Amino acid sequence: MSFWQKYVFSVDHKVIGMQYLLTGILMGVIGAYMSYVFRMQLAFPGKEVPFFGLVTAAEYNALITNHGSIMIFWFAMPVLIAAFGNFLIPLMIGADDMVFPRINRLSYQIFLLSAVILIVSFFVPGGGFGGAWTAYPPLSAKAEYNLTPWGSSLWLLAVALEFVAFLLGGINFITTLMNSRAKGMKYLDIPIVLWMIVIASILFMASVGPLIAGAIMLLFDQLIGTGFFDPSRGGDPVLWQHLFWFFGHPEVYVVLLPAMGIVAEVMTTFSRKKLFAYKTVLFTTIATGVLSFFVWAHHQFIAGIDPRMANIFTVTTVLISIPIAEMLFVYIATLYGGSIRFTTAMLFALAFLATFLIGGVTGIFLGASGADIYFHDTYFVIAHFHYTFVPIAVIAVFAGIYYWFPKMFGRFMNETLGKIHFWGTFLPFNTIFLPLFFTGAAGDHRRIFTYANFPQLATPGLQDLRIIATVSVVILICFQFLFFWNFFYSMFRGAKAGKNPWNANTLEWVAPSPPPHGNFDVFPEVYRGPYEFSVPGRAQDFWPQNEKA
Amino acid sequence: MQTPVATGRSVTGIPTGRLAVWWVIGSEIVIFGGLLMYYIMLRNKYDYWAESSAHTATMAGALNTFILLTSSLFIVLAHYYAEKKDHLKSFKYIWMTIAGGLGFLVVKSIEWTNEIMSGYTITSELFWSFYYTAAGIHAVHVIAGMVIMGIISFDVLQKKNMHRVELIGIYWHFVDIVWIFLFPLLYIAK
Ligand code: HEM
Ligand SMILES: [Cu+2]
Repeated sequence: MSFWQKYVFSVDHKVIGMQYLLTGILMGVIGAYMSYVFRMQLAFPGKEVPFFGLVTAAEYNALITNHGSIMIFWFAMPVLIAAFGNFLIPLMIGADDMVFPRINRLSYQIFLLSAVILIVSFFVPGGGFGGAWTAYPPLSAKAEYNLTPWGSSLWLLAVALEFVAFLLGGINFITTLMNSRAKGMKYLDIPIVLWMIVIASILFMASVGPLIAGAIMLLFDQLIGTGFFDPSRGGDPVLWQHLFWFFGHPEVYVVLLPAMGIVAEVMTTFSRKKLFAYKTVLFTTIATGVLSFFVWAHHQFIAGIDPRMANIFTVTTVLISIPIAEMLFVYIATLYGGSIRFTTAMLFALAFLATFLIGGVTGIFLGASGADIYFHDTYFVIAHFHYTFVPIAVIAVFAGIYYWFPKMFGRFMNETLGKIHFWGTFLPFNTIFLPLFFTGAAGDHRRIFTYANFPQLATPGLQDLRIIATVSVVILICFQFLFFWNFFYSMFRGAKAGKNPWNANTLEWVAPSPPPHGNFDVFPEVYRGPYEFSVPGRAQDFWPQNEKA
Repeated sequence: MQTPVATGRSVTGIPTGRLAVWWVIGSEIVIFGGLLMYYIMLRNKYDYWAESSAHTATMAGALNTFILLTSSLFIVLAHYYAEKKDHLKSFKYIWMTIAGGLGFLVVKSIEWTNEIMSGYTITSELFWSFYYTAAGIHAVHVIAGMVIMGIISFDVLQKKNMHRVELIGIYWHFVDIVWIFLFPLLYIAK
């Protein structure tokens, strides 16, 4: 096979997963660069930013908008769902590929196209779209308002294409899990990470539809001049908010669930314990998924919705924190009494629990409509959702990469470098976002280019906190170079790993490392669940799913 | 590329292709669902839309409903003959279904031309924006279905992938059902 067939136009699920992983990480780097630029502007307003230059107000808006969009749609989604889903689903169910390999390839190609369009949107007349990743009309609907005639439409087109890519991928994931499991693998033998990825795909599919319709309507508003969201012509801008958040809130769980799944695999393996209450986790996940469709308006408490509706959505929001809290308890119970090995992957998994907890707890403040009226659109919100998203999209992803790297490339990543990288990510992450809770509570509004015009907010005390956050961003970014070095060096030079280096149970560890096209020499059969660790009376502390009793 | 083993497995007992088509339809239902929900909400709010909808060509819409329903019958027959391995008859009925789709589009274009000539364009009023957008998205589905049927028909002619007739049939019924919702909402409701 030529290079092109093997790496570019391959239909092999592992290659496609790798394409998603590398494209997603590259987009994540771009998103992080953007956050570096706008954080520098906030800490040292009006000064030249190294590697960028002076930031104008329009550029600032374009940077935050595309930072948010990229991080969610072009980094978290492709890495958590598409990359891990593609790599893991066939391997963990003992199959040789997805059921529709060519649709899988098409999904990646559409995704790549969407990423290219988004990048191009920065270099067109008027510059990139600056109306926030939520794209509320009327600002997003009319070039007279947003001044980015090209940028806003290209942004919307890119998002719509990205949705299509994930719908195609999702259908593949769901049908593969339903229909192609190895002989003997019953529903309750499926590793929890696959359940979570597939439930996330279903959530995505069920929530994104109305927004696709909304995106078409908004595109028409922009391009042909319809008035779907224009109140002066009978349209309703708040309706866009409903469509957006009806998708946007479940989307939080779309990325959360795969992360929780990854953490479950890593934690059980490195504590040599059975997942505490597998069935409870599964049903809790489903309950969370269902509930997530009934909380969306907590993003709109001050958008002029009926106050009685605010009460209802406060209640549902508090309700949904129950299953999430329950999952955290279950995970901690899994650790209890285990023989824990602090590998890099495990450190990241534990850090996920600790940091996501803070994100979850602060979410309850925001879910209470009374408190949210004050906190809305301040840095408190920014700090809150970064305490959810960074654990999900960064910390859990690192746990997954360090854990499955030996399977992906047949070699280990360096553990010492890994641990330095862990501390260099975990500590600065906290020093970026903890201060922002305080600036937010003090009144710092988000999406503000410079606080110089707000004397009460430009006091030295608050400015110091902003500088701490910004310096931490720079430190965090520097430590990521260590990761990239480790990743690419280990790919070729790392210590060789056998089939099952961590002594884990699931089927991907039965295949050679790295698995060849077709994955298995002999298709495995399944005899038990995925988490039979430390079973009394057995010489070994693990019991692979495919081992005959 | 040879087909992976995974594609041939069927743990649920439902063939993979059919399962996938149902999921596609599931995702389409929410797309149209969102659009129609918005329309219905505004429709309830603005009584005067009844006036605008009085200008839609109810007869043309009814004719199109009839054409689409008939074409659905044809695709059922195509499936029936595909099951019976009568590939020539199946091929014929697939093309009669495509002809139905074509008829639908012809009626639609005449109708739209008339309306645009009388000044009812997509930007003239919010009702008309919905009218053209909803029917337009539906028409795109009709065209997609016709293209896929065309491709499948030549496979059928060579007795290949006959089970795909059923799959496109399911999809075509869905396109039909969407129209069954659009017709009363856009043309009849006063
Ligand atoms: C490198 C670490 C990161 C830093 C320093 C950072 C910083 C920020 C800041 C300061 C804002 C607010 C800008 C403003 O409103 O003025 C912001 C917005 C946002 N960030 Fe991040 N972020 C990081 C990583 C992430 C990740 C990993 C995600 C998601 C997976 C994410 C998602 C978002 C979203 C959705 C917004 C809202 C954008 C908008 O207002 O339209 N960020 N980020
Ligand atoms: Cu929410």
